[in-house]
Amino acid sequence: MQAPATSTPAPTRDLITYDTHPEKYRHWRLAFDGPVATLTMDVNEDMGLKPGYKLKLNSYDLGVDIELYDALQRIRFEHPEVKSVVVTSAKDRIFCSGANIFMLGLSTHAWKVNFCKFTNETRNGIEDSSRHSGLKFIAALNGTTAGGGYELALACDELILIDDRSSAVSLPEVPLLGVLPGTGGLTRVTDKRKVRRDHADIFCTLIEGVRADRAREWKLVDHTAKPQQFADFVKQRAAALAAGSDRPAGARGIALTPLKRVIDAAGYHYELVDVALNPAGRSARITVSAPKTAQPDSIDGIVAAGTAWWPLQMARELDDAILMLRTNNLDIGTWILKTAGNADAVLAADATLARYKEHWFVRETLGMLRRTLARLDVTSRTLFALIERGSCFAGTLFELALAADRSYMLMLPDDAGGTPKIALSEMNFGAYPTVNRQTRLETRFCGEAEPVSRIRAALGKKLAGEEAAALGLVTAAPDDLDWDDEIRIALEERASLSPDALTGMEANLRFPVAETMETRVFGRLSAWQNWIFIRPNAVGEHGALKVFGSGTKAKFNWERV
Amino acid sequence: MSINYSEKIPNNVDLANNKTLQRALEHWQPHFLDWWRDMGPEDSTQFDVYLRTALRLDPKGWAHFDYVKMPDYRWGIFLNAAEPDRKIPFGVHQGEPAWQEIPGEYRSNLRRLIVTQGDTEPASVEQQRHLGLTCPSLYDLRNLFQVNVEEGRHLWAMVYLLHAYFGRDGREEGEALLARRSGDADNPRILGAFNEKTPDWLSFFMFTFFTDRDGKFQLSALAESAFDPLARSCRFMLTEEAHHMFVGETGVGRTIQRTCEVMQQHKMSDPADARKFGVIDLPTLQRYLNFHYSVTLDLFGADVSSNAATFFATGLKGRFEETKIGDDHQLNDAEYPVIQVGNGQLVTNHVSALNAINERLRDDYIKDTVAGVGRWNKIIEKHGIPFELKLPHKAFNRRIGPLSELRVNPDGQVITEAEWTQRHTEWLPSREDMEYVRSLMGRVIEPGKFANWIAAPARGINNQPVNFEYVRFN
Repeated sequence: MQAPATSTPAPTRDLITYDTHPEKYRHWRLAFDGPVATLTMDVNEDMGLKPGYKLKLNSYDLGVDIELYDALQRIRFEHPEVKSVVVTSAKDRIFCSGANIFMLGLSTHAWKVNFCKFTNETRNGIEDSSRHSGLKFIAALNGTTAGGGYELALACDELILIDDRSSAVSLPEVPLLGVLPGTGGLTRVTDKRKVRRDHADIFCTLIEGVRADRAREWKLVDHTAKPQQFADFVKQRAAALAAGSDRPAGARGIALTPLKRVIDAAGYHYELVDVALNPAGRSARITVSAPKTAQPDSIDGIVAAGTAWWPLQMARELDDAILMLRTNNLDIGTWILKTAGNADAVLAADATLARYKEHWFVRETLGMLRRTLARLDVTSRTLFALIERGSCFAGTLFELALAADRSYMLMLPDDAGGTPKIALSEMNFGAYPTVNRQTRLETRFCGEAEPVSRIRAALGKKLAGEEAAALGLVTAAPDDLDWDDEIRIALEERASLSPDALTGMEANLRFPVAETMETRVFGRLSAWQNWIFIRPNAVGEHGALKVFGSGTKAKFNWERV
Repeated sequence: MSINYSEKIPNNVDLANNKTLQRALEHWQPHFLDWWRDMGPEDSTQFDVYLRTALRLDPKGWAHFDYVKMPDYRWGIFLNAAEPDRKIPFGVHQGEPAWQEIPGEYRSNLRRLIVTQGDTEPASVEQQRHLGLTCPSLYDLRNLFQVNVEEGRHLWAMVYLLHAYFGRDGREEGEALLARRSGDADNPRILGAFNEKTPDWLSFFMFTFFTDRDGKFQLSALAESAFDPLARSCRFMLTEEAHHMFVGETGVGRTIQRTCEVMQQHKMSDPADARKFGVIDLPTLQRYLNFHYSVTLDLFGADVSSNAATFFATGLKGRFEETKIGDDHQLNDAEYPVIQVGNGQLVTNHVSALNAINERLRDDYIKDTVAGVGRWNKIIEKHGIPFELKLPHKAFNRRIGPLSELRVNPDGQVITEAEWTQRHTEWLPSREDMEYVRSLMGRVIEPGKFANWIAAPARGINNQPVNFEYVRFN
């Protein structure tokens, strides 16, 4: 069977990477003043990631958001003293006008969707740090705050809007562009801000948005301040929020050194993570390694290891690998998740993580792991875990198998010693909730407690295929006689199915029963947005997104579908 | 495990070195033997039967004759020799190398085809299990048993494919093939015709002539498959299937001959009078023919079928003698005439040839059947009797698909429900017909003796005399 020609780019051509550093920022400025960091958006309109559009009015594209993501990581790891973050703008009378419409108009559907996915994850990450790490965010809305700009603000803990009689917050996507606010706006307005739905209905159809008084009245913002008082008020609120934080004063940060990554035709190669591309099979094998060297078991040792500490290095490399694949390898539809190394070393690292979880650096590392695994959960690729000889699906690394759509575990009936085994650790029971706020084990069993408690009883045991399958921890446990064919057929069969239908099916099955604001953002808002994004009313010749800015009026097909 | 596989299970698939297959068969074979004891020919396990066993692929090895107790029969696994560099002859993969492994993409459709084919094999053994008690001769009893063990071998052939290529799923399907039971309301065989009873020897001969011929055409279509082991397996099965049709054609032919002899002897003008002399009258034979033919036509599936189109387009199942057909083997723009129902009448519509794959195979089958019925008519003609057996119209007595909405007489005229109710016993065996035929079924087991209703064959099996002791009862 002939595999279709692949569009996977050659490694050197047009490859998007997520590497940056504050010294290289083009669009943001990061300043520190004791416990308060200020993240100032100052988009360079000529420095769009791709040609063909100008990033006017503090509008953003993926390049701007890559810097935002990097800046948040720097604050988390390099500046433990920071307790609150002010997000504001350097432009006069404009905070941010959202995602750049011309960029969206020029982009492929896949690019738009991947862009939205990443921006959503970054905003979820802001809330994740607020929820788990004592890092509070203040949106200092010093001017017009439109669309994605308001959505960025919504991710913050407090919104302060300048009351200059003209600045407004708005979600003008529906009336202006014929699409939805795609970065959680519709969901956060109701679920987080508790804006009444009729107010939200008016707000979301109002191009000019809502100015200070009504914005506060409708709970779209928390505070308003006159221009003269604005800066002081923001400072005051930032200090107040910082006061409630348990981030340490006087701790020394951990510098996020660049990842050691080699890109070649075979894939992406890191020290602990390896991505091997198989263009003919439209799959990638992602192998995550256990610690290869002795790991510290004291806080001093952990801090001294810094980015070389296994949990953090592994999480950073895996995070980067996920982003690289998602952005650059659209037709690699199946990710085969594997692990390699000593399971006991993973379990030992887990024990260290559990013992020191209150320490700020360990806490941030756990956050990084949690967000990286959550990124895997919402990745629109088939995930199959293969548990084979030499693997180490234990504790934290077993979360990879739990994140997978299916997991296959090899059994060696004639080799009890060599048969692959999995193991659970305390980390599987609460450290890494998915975006539905449940553990992956709870999610796996659709919220039923009984199977999870049976599994809990197996904590600390090494489980071979039969036992793992009996506990429901793996999908199937073929023996060595069946293994090769079973896996080949499963992968080939998967690769033959419609990628769109698979994306939809997987997204549905991965998040059963429990809904949260985040699952609604990904499952409802994004899904609708993606539908609207391909409809002629948005992207047809006369579609609203297409004709925006041209002076031509959009023409709609009026049928409601 | 120290089983001598090539001795116990004759094969040309290197069973001795295939651990996956050995493991699967070690589990399955005892279940197969249990099934044979429960559902195989009744009270026959101690008989020594003069049977043909395939030991090797070559002409000598293919037909090894000896006495054997059926539970000890060496059911083997044979594939026709591989055609070097065989290319896929049709569909979107035409011209690509034939598949030696199943592509994951087509796993479930291939499995479905193999399971459906495999299910018919044990089904017919189950249907025929009581016939040994009423055999018209030792010669016929032996033929019945030969057909039964070879249906068993055909089951092995399909189970081999499931075991060798479909992993755990395949093993589960292999077990399920032994678990279903013909005619069991809760656990029936997959296809309708294989849940019908085979109550008497006339039905058995009709079945082997008509329904095993469906098998021939299904196997021929699968013998073109892009999945090479399936194609090779079906090619070997076809050589055995030909024998089953021989049993049917000669069995009905000898019945006709005996009837004609009696009619000639007594200078009968009304064929119905033949019953007075304990033979099966020609009109009854016609009604049995009508029944078995029409039930078998249903086995070919819906006249317009998207599944059949998919199976063809993806290379899983071809047409009869695909490689000899002079078209593009793609059929994207081709049409095929299909009889359908329009305004309560039969109309011929031209539909996409891809969707009409089943219909085309049905038509190929009909052509083949016409030739066989012609040979029966020759026997009648030779006796100077003015009677002709006819195949009924394609739309007659159909129970599956759109044609089942209409009542159609054997000439192809649409009739009312009232007329059908009134006249169907003219066309299909009535209870009385069946009771009459059953009344003739006595057990004849003296070598060289034949029941009154059937003529002796022209020659015996494997050059043995007709009065050879084909079965020893011990």
